[in-house]
Amino acid sequence: MADKFLLEVVTPNRLVLSEEVDEITAPGELGEFGVLAGHTPFFSTLGIGAVMYRQGNDKRYIAVSWGFAEVLDNKVTILAELAELDAEIDVDRARKRKEEAEAKLKTLSATHKDYLKEKASLDKAMNRMMVAGRRM
Amino acid sequence: MPSLKDIRKRIASVKNTQQITKAMKMVAAAKLRRAQETIVQARPYADKMREVINDLSARVELDRHPLLVRREVKTREILVITSDRGLCGGFNQNIIREVVHLLKNKEEGVETVQLNIIGRKGLEFFKRREYPIRKEYRNILGDIDYATATMVGKDIVAAYEAGEFDELVMVYNHFRSAISQNVVVQKLLPIEPDEMPEGGVLTDYIYEPSEKVILNQVLPKYIEVQIFRALLESIASEHGARMTAMESATNNAAEMIDRLTLAMNRARQAAITKELMEIVGGAEALK
Repeated sequence: MADKFLLEVVTPNRLVLSEEVDEITAPGELGEFGVLAGHTPFFSTLGIGAVMYRQGNDKRYIAVSWGFAEVLDNKVTILAELAELDAEIDVDRARKRKEEAEAKLKTLSATHKDYLKEKASLDKAMNRMMVAGRRM
Repeated sequence: MPSLKDIRKRIASVKNTQQITKAMKMVAAAKLRRAQETIVQARPYADKMREVINDLSARVELDRHPLLVRREVKTREILVITSDRGLCGGFNQNIIREVVHLLKNKEEGVETVQLNIIGRKGLEFFKRREYPIRKEYRNILGDIDYATATMVGKDIVAAYEAGEFDELVMVYNHFRSAISQNVVVQKLLPIEPDEMPEGGVLTDYIYEPSEKVILNQVLPKYIEVQIFRALLESIASEHGARMTAMESATNNAAEMIDRLTLAMNRARQAAITKELMEIVGGAEALK
């Protein structure tokens, strides 16, 4: 059994990543899970969060929002609605988006139809900032 | 024989048209390039999705989810993808011909065939002829993103689950190259996985949160991805078809200008000859 396995991250708009990695952790909807090579077949939905992948001692992150992960013994496929590599994230834009969403949330009641939408974009913006903060 | 002035006017008008068709060709070419890039980018997701669906359906019984169950087909729906704009050669006609063929030749047991139309051109045709249209989408072709496909997909899945139809096929132009598109009829619902290779026992997945939740998310998404892909293919084909059509229109205009120029020169020469004759005749008379 190989120690490395293939990680592929795709979104409807592009192929984000396709590389051999040693380990990943991903934000399952029910909680974070980690995968090493030789994992048993596993299928999970994803929430908003960071996918960490490790190559040797090098750890990198991808901000993902919604989607699912298919884990086979030598391959992990992540089909996400949105995915951005840590190096690609525009921190200023994320911060602006976060402030906008926060301001809007204050004016909306929890039952308003836009509430969940704004909450989601707040979560996404915070997630981006967190992922960007981990790079370097 | 038309006068010199008439021919000159006609040449000017053809030249005008030629300029327009030339510009349209350039625009189509630029848009085609963009559309092609989008397709290439979207392909991995669609392919992965197909793999995942195959992996999944090999492991679950087909009666586990309504989108996988095969029902007796009484009502069939055709999702027709045409364009909003014309002047693109046989692009829309080819689709319409195929759909009319499907409407006229029902398979045994099928009682009704209804339409679901994307694109103004198809809509105009089928509305005028009063074919049954369940649903139509207007003005969605301008700027296709994944959200558009999500909207169409959600509606279709909801209608299918509500039993409004038992089978869905999609008819669209598949993009082969800038000069070649072909009409594809693709079955979308119920979802049919590829044949699995025989033998080899597959280990079951561990599902998180549960098999049901996963299927409920993955299967509709698959439909959306397929629609998304078809929309992109159709748009690239449209630009390709328009480019070819405008290219030949431009060539035809050039040919016409050549012919008219020839006629004009002939007319001019005839006029000059006539004038000369008159002068010579006049001089002759004065002697």
